[in-house]
Amino acid sequence: MINKFLGFKPDEKLLPSQTVTEDTEIDLSSHKYQKIWLGPNHPGVTGNMAIELTVQGTTVMRAKTHVGYLHRGFEKLIERRLFVQGFPTSIRMCVAEPDTNEYFIARSTEELSGYADAVPEYANWLRMLSLEMARLAGLLRGVPGQGGTFALGIGVQWGVYLRDLILDRFEELSGARVYHMYIIPGGVRGALPDGFKERMEDNLRDIDDFIIRIKKLMFHNSVFKQRAKGLAVITPEMVDKYGIVGTNARCCGVKRDVRKDNPYLYYDKLDFDPPTATDGDVYSRTWIRWQELIQTVDLIRQIMAKMPKKGDIRCKMPNVLNWKIPKGETYVRLESGRGEMGMYYVTDGSDKPRRINLRGPSYNHAISVLEHMLIGQDVADVHAIMVSLQTCPPEIER
Amino acid sequence: MSFNLKDILTPFTAWSRVVKEPVTIKDPFTREAAPRYRGFHDNDVQLCIGCGSCEAICENQAIDLVPIEGVEGIETKSGDSGLRPSIDYGRCCWCALCVDICTTDSLRLTNAYTWVDTDPDNFIFTPGVTPKDWYEKEEGWRKPGHGYEFYSHERVHMEELHADERKDSFIEFVKGYSAEQAKKEADRCVACGICTATCPAHMGIPEYIKAVRDDDMEHGMKILYETNPLPEICGRICTHKCEDVCSVGFKNGSDPLSIRWLKRYIADQIPADVDKYKDMLGTGEIAKNDKKVAIIGSGPAGLSAAHYLALLGYNCTIFEKLPQAGGMMRYGIPSYRLPYDQIDKDVDYILSLGVDIKYNVNVGTDITLEQLSKDFDAVYAGTGLHLGRSTRIPGSEHENVYQSVDLLRNIVTGAPVPVEKKVVVIGGGNVAMDITRSMARLQMEKFGEVNVIATSLEDEEHMPADREEVVEAREEGCTIIPGYGPQEVVITDGKVTGLRVWKCLSIFDETGAFNPKFDEADERIFEGDMVIESIGQGMDLSYLSEEIKSKIEFGPRGRILVNEDWQAKGLPWLFIGGDIIEGPDVIHGIANGHRGAQSIDKFLNEGR
Ligand code: SF4
Ligand code: SF4
Ligand code: SF4
Repeated sequence: MINKFLGFKPDEKLLPSQTVTEDTEIDLSSHKYQKIWLGPNHPGVTGNMAIELTVQGTTVMRAKTHVGYLHRGFEKLIERRLFVQGFPTSIRMCVAEPDTNEYFIARSTEELSGYADAVPEYANWLRMLSLEMARLAGLLRGVPGQGGTFALGIGVQWGVYLRDLILDRFEELSGARVYHMYIIPGGVRGALPDGFKERMEDNLRDIDDFIIRIKKLMFHNSVFKQRAKGLAVITPEMVDKYGIVGTNARCCGVKRDVRKDNPYLYYDKLDFDPPTATDGDVYSRTWIRWQELIQTVDLIRQIMAKMPKKGDIRCKMPNVLNWKIPKGETYVRLESGRGEMGMYYVTDGSDKPRRINLRGPSYNHAISVLEHMLIGQDVADVHAIMVSLQTCPPEIER
Repeated sequence: MSFNLKDILTPFTAWSRVVKEPVTIKDPFTREAAPRYRGFHDNDVQLCIGCGSCEAICENQAIDLVPIEGVEGIETKSGDSGLRPSIDYGRCCWCALCVDICTTDSLRLTNAYTWVDTDPDNFIFTPGVTPKDWYEKEEGWRKPGHGYEFYSHERVHMEELHADERKDSFIEFVKGYSAEQAKKEADRCVACGICTATCPAHMGIPEYIKAVRDDDMEHGMKILYETNPLPEICGRICTHKCEDVCSVGFKNGSDPLSIRWLKRYIADQIPADVDKYKDMLGTGEIAKNDKKVAIIGSGPAGLSAAHYLALLGYNCTIFEKLPQAGGMMRYGIPSYRLPYDQIDKDVDYILSLGVDIKYNVNVGTDITLEQLSKDFDAVYAGTGLHLGRSTRIPGSEHENVYQSVDLLRNIVTGAPVPVEKKVVVIGGGNVAMDITRSMARLQMEKFGEVNVIATSLEDEEHMPADREEVVEAREEGCTIIPGYGPQEVVITDGKVTGLRVWKCLSIFDETGAFNPKFDEADERIFEGDMVIESIGQGMDLSYLSEEIKSKIEFGPRGRILVNEDWQAKGLPWLFIGGDIIEGPDVIHGIANGHRGAQSIDKFLNEGR
């Protein structure tokens, strides 16, 4: 319709003659197709990965995700280090929300060595606070970032500023802005600084204001609606087939949230209801993430109100240099901003983990789901679809 | 899709932001980081002891310990490796684990975070030594506190008999660790090795502590015997200089490792069976050579020399003037601290290596040193300090004034020991505490009550005795009054009735010479029917004939001068060791006995 409005008439001969599916045959020697590499060095790609696109005109006929640009063997690096030395490496497996991985290492070692119940209550609340702050920081970039994929850059600037304020809070809580290294086996590495809650509340008020502004900017925006609605629909049938989790599953009405389904830390003491939508398209995904933004702000307020005023931040544990953990295995999971994540952790009685394996949602979302969903889409939407799935390569290449 | 005018206009509300102040920081270089920020390292190098725990925990191997000797303005101290951490910022990830484990709290991260340099090599630096402008910054990452610690600061308590149960008995009162307790205590070690450097025998402490953690007692024993053939004895009565420097105990409120008790724990786990010992230590078959070494005295030095010489294949004969082996360990240390069966356990194994021992032989009278030098290829003398020293104050020649060494020996041999209702002991060292506590026990046996006063020149803080000795003596009912100098043994009607003392103001003068100053106005009389002097011991060198004396050299206070191989200067076949050279204490004796054995080996192999 917009083409009619603008008086634009594409040359039908250049367009694919049929509905494109995974089974559509492609004869590369016919000279009708072109291969494009999106990434690994491309401002629109979510990190160090590449998509090899086979296009006809501007229609994507095939998509193949390529990883391997960032592989440093994080898991192996951790397996060669003492239990206490794992967390500073684990965070490199997720730049946006590194705290989740710190939690995995801490919780797995605690469970396997019998200290899971010894972690002080205060420390567990602080863990929850830092996990929610990380989610908030991620959403502050992710929600306006979806607008950015349609060239709506201004929201990104607002979001990044507010994210920086949350990073300021991280800085005073943990001593660092991006790689916090805050959650450690046995507890956390710092008590809540004086005046933290007040400063956080100031930031949250700014974010409240931002939430309204971004709603006006993106969700009352005909361009955004035009491009995002109906784009790259996830159906409830796909959810189990592809192992889709988090907001990507909730956007089509499948309500999955580890915080609710399998509460960890003190999430059962918090009052919240994960938002869902029904359409399953890019718009719905962005919309429920916007609602999550509201919810996360509220959760941080609840945590700050409910947590104890003070307490120990780490339980007494064996000397970190001599710490050995008996033979065992565990799988720890949580709800990250990108959906359910987990870590499989095996110990063999020595002072180092025998095997660790991080299972991040991007493994499915950025490979099987993305490769499937891009078929038949316009090249101009590839970036938006990718961002809407919240793909994050370090989770794939651990 | 339908259009909605609102959806076209609303996004333009974003223009309202144009009139807002910008939020960006104009000059990021002046932005202060948070007070807890993990920025660049600083180290208080005067406080740091170079324990290397920071190096051990760094997961990026960013830290290297480098010598700081010769760096201006930095002095190393005792219990200091002389090394300091240098950090490679090409590897560091600013995790601050190094700060969190630092045993002295000397290391920290400041909140400085910008550093521009053209030479990449500059990014390897030694915090606190390499000049950097961020050291004056107060803020930054320090150990978090709030119950956060990387190793336990609290020693695992060792069970003891209660003072009431032990004060009338000579049975051992320190019970020893259980396996669980020992492992828990061993867990606290950071394996820095500072203790090894300080131990006179340089025992492999971190390794045997690791053996405790690993529950591998046989390996533990092997390590003990590498440097110390008297583990049961040392595990009980060693003066544990290692514990004084243990980095885990460096900070106030943090206890050092119980190194001594852990050593005892290992030895205690192995039954007293010499065949088992030989099996375990691989000493069943030793190839003998044809050289013979005579050893005078079976104290720590003599036994240690005999052990290592026997392992090297030498035929050793020990000449002991008393009826049993052990020297001061048996005849000077009460059995409540060191039971005789534990001495036997260590000694029996050494003798089982083919060491011959002749008891009740007094070298000098029963056999001359000259004769020994003819019959043997080398002679090792570890004759110890067995003569009591007198204060020489008026009245000290009275018959009811005794020497602690004599009484302690009599307690062991069963010779009569006079026990009076009120006893005064002069001295503040470990031997003084031994006699004080032994007399208390004898009084309990005889009178059912304790009345012993021990007094020393040194004040409470500077008493040379181990702290626990003083505490335990008091628990057992003894009165310890430090800080007084004896002036006279009070004698009334020919009987000792007390000791007159003056408050001691200082012990040494400006030149460091022994020259006590007293406050005559603060005079006290400690009542007592007998006085025991315990102010140190002297050596009895009467076994040296005039001819031998004329060939060797003597230093100050009559000490025999030795070269670096422990050979008496002038007589190459005569090797000297034990308390008459260093000490007095058991571990020095063991250490120089070991080195003496190596020197004898060198001497006897020369020219081969
Ligand atoms: S841990 Fe502390 S005391 Fe030990 S070497 Fe490092 S900085 Fe020095
Ligand atoms: S901050 Fe971490 S990476 Fe850096 S030197 Fe210390 S322990 Fe190593
Ligand atoms: S016992 Fe103390 S000084 Fe010795 S290695 Fe262990 S921690 Fe270091």
